[in-house]
Amino acid sequence: MTQITYDARGLAEPFAEIPKISEIDGETARFDAKELTTRAINLELRWLLYEQGVKEVEIANPGSKHSLGVGILTRCRIRFAGSLGYFGCGLIDGPEVHITGRVGWSACENMMSGVVVVEGNAGSLTAAALRGGDVVVKGRVGARSGIDQKGGTIIVGGSAGSMTGFMMQRGRIIICGDVGPGLGDSMYDGTIYVAGKVKSLGIDCVPGEWTDGDTELIERKFGIYGLGDPPEFQKFVCGKVLYNYDLLEPAERKLVI
Amino acid sequence: MCGIAGIIYRNGSQHPIGNEMTLMLQSMKHRGPDSTGYALYGTPENGNLVMRYKLADANTPRDFEFEERLRRHRSVVESRLERLGARIDEVDEETPYAFRVSFDFDGDLKLLADFVEDIPDAEVLSLGRSLEIVKDLGDAETVHEQYGLSEFTGTHAIGHVRMATESEVDIAGAHPYWAYPYSDVAVVHNGQLTNYFMWRRRLERAGRRFMSECDSEIIAVYLAEEMTNGATLEEAMDKSLDELDGVFTYIAVTKDELGVAKDELAAKPLVLYETDDLVALASEEIAIRAIVDHEIDTYDPYEREVLVWKR
Repeated sequence: MTQITYDARGLAEPFAEIPKISEIDGETARFDAKELTTRAINLELRWLLYEQGVKEVEIANPGSKHSLGVGILTRCRIRFAGSLGYFGCGLIDGPEVHITGRVGWSACENMMSGVVVVEGNAGSLTAAALRGGDVVVKGRVGARSGIDQKGGTIIVGGSAGSMTGFMMQRGRIIICGDVGPGLGDSMYDGTIYVAGKVKSLGIDCVPGEWTDGDTELIERKFGIYGLGDPPEFQKFVCGKVLYNYDLLEPAERKLVI
Repeated sequence: MCGIAGIIYRNGSQHPIGNEMTLMLQSMKHRGPDSTGYALYGTPENGNLVMRYKLADANTPRDFEFEERLRRHRSVVESRLERLGARIDEVDEETPYAFRVSFDFDGDLKLLADFVEDIPDAEVLSLGRSLEIVKDLGDAETVHEQYGLSEFTGTHAIGHVRMATESEVDIAGAHPYWAYPYSDVAVVHNGQLTNYFMWRRRLERAGRRFMSECDSEIIAVYLAEEMTNGATLEEAMDKSLDELDGVFTYIAVTKDELGVAKDELAAKPLVLYETDDLVALASEEIAIRAIVDHEIDTYDPYEREVLVWKR
């Protein structure tokens, strides 16, 4: 087994090489990550996607290692048969990722586009600063999920922790269970849907008016991800009393002025 | 950053918790390479009390009289125990500066600890009928090897890997902290307490002693104070959520219980794995997987949660 060395001064494995252990069959490939380090797993994955023309990869035994599947910027399908640690699938743009286990803190951080479906639970800060795409967690998520969200959709099958949607700026969060205190605190924009109980609303988060568009969005998303019939949701939006904030983007403001 | 971990076998069965906690802590070495500590709950011989104490640190400067001073102070510790009426069964020299004493004693434990700590450089790391705290500089494998933890069996344990941010890199600053003078209680903590000095002054006035400048020590002493006043572990931990400010996740243990508390922002991580037989929790799931070799279902407790399990 490769010895993992941790060193805050630089890469843990500066001389790691691509393992090249995958079974490749045309555009699909599979490899077992049990004995591989984080860096070796990511090197193998990138080698398959960028150099071998593979479009669909299955990774067995990810073992909750951190930072797996990050920075993938191409359309492809990745299946992790197991759980991921922290920062899984961050900074991705395009992939469809299926995780059969759970994910740790900060999964899908800064994701630009694509889809990530997590069968289990997720830790805190799930989809932090999400820019686009869909993140579907079928279990529960930790605190501050959707913090600084700038686009895309987060769907949570279970409950969510405190400060969900903190400083949210765009996009949608759909929570089928209960949610902790401070929902949508200091949100600038975006929409949050909650089916369960809301412990408390944060500053600037207020109930919103339900429209046909909300119904259409939720039914469509539930249909795409096979989540069954959607429950009844409450809608929350920004109350827009934040200092010096309005709905206009800088470019739009110039036009108005 | 720091990493914390805990395991408890709910059916009370004995397991190699020394080995298991080492696997958990070593897998989180990246969270804190400065020191590693264990609070292990076993079954001492003959129902004796076990005291773990140290007379110096691994990085204490060695002057010409260092070894002689250690010998002299160790001899004073043993003679003081005997003067208080303790019947010493066994003394193990774990390292040149850290010792384990097994003895029979029915008297006042606070008095005993104070009498020992009155000796220059002496610090009682733990005192109890099942608790043994082992902590030193370096990673888990280093401390495990140094203190021979592979033989340690028991029912529950907590551990800590430390990235020093608030105080010195030494044994006094390493976790776990024994809840002086309450026997068999220990705490590990990940986070920062912002009302540390207020609580320290308050608890010092109440006669509690502090051996470090580390904010985490407050939690152990705070819980000890509450339990001395009649609170259960769970009640004391519940109350701590209102009285301790800052960001924290901490694990506290007694001879029968293991509990975890998270602050109201849930700002520090904790992953929990719970079955009918075993509860394992850690700052990262990889630590739990180090001892559970199959796919597991875990979750993060939420803000202001206090969870306590009995063995």
